[in-house]
Amino acid sequence: MRIRTAGVVAVFALALAASGCGGDSDEPATKESPQAASGKLVIWADDKRTAALKPFAEKFGQENGVTVEVQAVSKDLQTNFVTAAQQGSGPDVVVGAHDWIGNLVQNGSIDPVQLAADQKSAFNETAVKAVTFNGQLYGVPYAMENLALIRNTALAPEAPKTIEDLVAAGKKLKADKKASEILCLQAGQNGDAYHIYPLYTSAGGYLFGTTANGDYDPKDLGVGKPESVEAFKKIGALGEKGEGALKRSITPENSIATFTGKKCAFLVSGPWAVADVKKAGIAYDISPVPGFAGGKEAQPFVGVQAFYVASKGKNKALAQEFVTNYVTKPDLAVALYQAEPRPPALTAALDQVKGTDPDLAKFTEAGRNGQVLPAIPAMAAIWDPFGKAEAAVIGGADPAKTITAAGTTIAGQIK
Amino acid sequence: MSTSLSGPGSTQAPGREPVGSRPPRRRTARDHAPITVTGLAVKVVLLGLVAGIAIWAAFPLVEAEKWVGLALLAATTVGLFYLYLTRRHVPAKYLVPGTLFLIAFQVFPVLYTASTAFTNFGDGHRGSKDDAIVAIQTASVKQVPGSAEYALSVATEGDPATGPLVFLVTDPATGGVSVGDADGLRRLDPGEVTVAPGGKVTAADGYTVLTFGQSSARSQEITELVVPTDGGALRSAGLSRAYEGKAVRAYDAGCDCIRDAETGRTWAADESTGSFVAADGERLAQGWKVGVGLRNFTRVLTDDHISGPFLGTLIWNFAFALGSTAGTFLLGTFVALTLHSPRMRGTNLYRVLLILPYAMPSFAMLLVWRDMFNTDFGLVNGLFGLSVNWFGQEWSARAAVLLVQLWLGYPYMFLVATGALQAIPRELTEATSVDGASPWQSFRSVTLPLLLVALSPLLISSFAYNFNNFNAIYLTTEGGPFPADNPTNGATDLLITYTYRLAFGGQGAEFGFAAAISIFIFAIVAVVSAVSFRRTRKQEEVYA
Repeated sequence: MRIRTAGVVAVFALALAASGCGGDSDEPATKESPQAASGKLVIWADDKRTAALKPFAEKFGQENGVTVEVQAVSKDLQTNFVTAAQQGSGPDVVVGAHDWIGNLVQNGSIDPVQLAADQKSAFNETAVKAVTFNGQLYGVPYAMENLALIRNTALAPEAPKTIEDLVAAGKKLKADKKASEILCLQAGQNGDAYHIYPLYTSAGGYLFGTTANGDYDPKDLGVGKPESVEAFKKIGALGEKGEGALKRSITPENSIATFTGKKCAFLVSGPWAVADVKKAGIAYDISPVPGFAGGKEAQPFVGVQAFYVASKGKNKALAQEFVTNYVTKPDLAVALYQAEPRPPALTAALDQVKGTDPDLAKFTEAGRNGQVLPAIPAMAAIWDPFGKAEAAVIGGADPAKTITAAGTTIAGQIK
Repeated sequence: MSTSLSGPGSTQAPGREPVGSRPPRRRTARDHAPITVTGLAVKVVLLGLVAGIAIWAAFPLVEAEKWVGLALLAATTVGLFYLYLTRRHVPAKYLVPGTLFLIAFQVFPVLYTASTAFTNFGDGHRGSKDDAIVAIQTASVKQVPGSAEYALSVATEGDPATGPLVFLVTDPATGGVSVGDADGLRRLDPGEVTVAPGGKVTAADGYTVLTFGQSSARSQEITELVVPTDGGALRSAGLSRAYEGKAVRAYDAGCDCIRDAETGRTWAADESTGSFVAADGERLAQGWKVGVGLRNFTRVLTDDHISGPFLGTLIWNFAFALGSTAGTFLLGTFVALTLHSPRMRGTNLYRVLLILPYAMPSFAMLLVWRDMFNTDFGLVNGLFGLSVNWFGQEWSARAAVLLVQLWLGYPYMFLVATGALQAIPRELTEATSVDGASPWQSFRSVTLPLLLVALSPLLISSFAYNFNNFNAIYLTTEGGPFPADNPTNGATDLLITYTYRLAFGGQGAEFGFAAAISIFIFAIVAVVSAVSFRRTRKQEEVYA
């Protein structure tokens, strides 16, 4: 009995020791960096981009006699980066969306980058504007994305000019049993602020006013203002108790699948949906998201993917060199486009690929009037309450009461 | 009985002979545990592991000059070696590993959480004040308007690895080359330098131009090298370009504030909130971590947005945890009783089928269930021809999450109830039937109490687990449906999902606040568990 107990204890101790080692296994990686800092550049990106970046990173390393390591962080890249940067174990360069900038800057995690005037002018103007924060350039953009209306041309040959046209066409298809839904615009039980935003702007709503120099002003919150109430009334009229075009049962998970399953003729989505649509063999076309008849233009958010220089990186000079003089070359932008087809931010790169991919120009056209997704930290307070207000209004709640409450909540969370 | 024992005993007798023939030796062996090869090997391997881990952990500690940590590490290692190399302190040999792991993985995180609750640690307040000042100054370096962009080469007059660094910069307008260091810029004779077509200096008399590899080894020095000029200072932008920049904002130790050189505005340091605040209340985004005392705790109690829906959420939280536990217990026990019946055939097949939900990852199953409750495309409505918006109404959403919990949880209860039932002697139930009790009476007065003695601790732990079952809510309803006038608190919100939204859903993460709320939740769960365990002990005393 005693021997058996001892054996069990030994096995447990071993297992615990092993798990102890396992738990700390990310430590050695962080400890290596100071010793190897000499000629090493560490880049963090998500899975897809890591694969596309690797060959270029290796080439950069070989050309310059340094080692470049691209590490994939598949989940919560932003949070992980901020935490790691704080502990001094972060990378030198990180790749991510431009609306992270506000949070990264307030945590002192990234440094401004300096681009020469001719380098700057090689980029799409909106993309440069997106990575500019408090008058400083904080990242080098490489790709842009925005929503557009993707339609099944077999069911809907004509691009609708207004939402009313779209609803009429969708209703007719529904009556003819050719489709079961009017429009695939993802909402879900808790709403989706990003996808409803084009309709919100078309109906006259806004999120933040702008200051004199064109930056978003967190003190001028548009949610809860009379314009937003009017906008939500129009959105509510399209909802479950109205036209039935907007539904909470269309979720981020099933929206694209419902479109590819030919259950709806219209899909509001971005470049990431195109691969699935192509795979399903659907004849499709892309046009801007239509606005309300007599309303303003529907303005989707424009998001930008960018490279950032970590302020606590071990090798900042090299990181600056990589980001400002290497990422600005079209070859890399083209390779990243091939990894995931979003329109490149470099005009030269866009020109290079748009011949083979007509969708790109259409997405760019759909985003021509788009608004840069606000990068100010206050934007983080918008998403959740705004989405929930949208879901409630689609479900038939009183627009005035709902959006005013959302405005109060958001204002309370903005510091 | 005796024959069956002597049978195998006699066949094994020759093998056991040597041991049995030396009874005195055996006695001493029991007093001083025998040194076996396996035991020795295990000891050597484990102590080797300890030494290895200690050495591996020591280097970073030395590098970071954390002497207290190093002393602690050394003391622990020496202590472990002493303990396992002596023959004394046998009970400690068993207790110490567990205690060490308890301290490392339980006590330390709890203390860390508790200490975080008294700070404003979160986005914008992560580092020290110095970090914030550096971040503010760096972020304010702007290119001097109208200034030129220079081509840059990093060079040194001495050894490439250690010699003092200089910048060799080429003015794009004139093509003139200058050398710059901390003292300023000096023009170089054009005859002494070789300039590549791009404007980059490739060689200069008296200087060694560093390659990228050599430069990047001295990255930090390059970033810190600032060459003063009339308009501002030359700084490197990477390794091949330099620009004339100027830090617009700087820290002034005299007034303990940040001053903007362009506008003259100042932001004074506020040590109570850990941020620089201007006279009109404008706050700079980059703040630092400070202790805030009990402010996080009082905020939970005094903020109407938080304390208002708190009670309702708490009640539903209890209902959810009780409902999940009771539901799974009842169904699990019922199924276990059914399969326990000796008249039941094919029990093994049923058992395998019943275990299936338990074998599937609950993470994925929760997402599948969420989609099954979809109004228009879900299996539940499709199967029954309904059009209920399950997650859109308060009570249907609550019923739905409890249903999902029941499906996910009953196989576990079935498993433990089956085990407990098999431990109850059949003689007891047989005795009751002899005494004329009905099956229900027999179950009620004999089986159930004995079952509860075995299962009560499990029920309490199941309750505590479900009380904080974040995934069950967050992956299905996300706390919804939300009332139209309050997007922060939904009908199926548990305290944990509610606080997660409060602490991380707004403008950035607030770890200090989240830690304070988790202490509140800890207190609630601890009280509930303590009361239940006390009652269980009484129950055990009654039935034992």
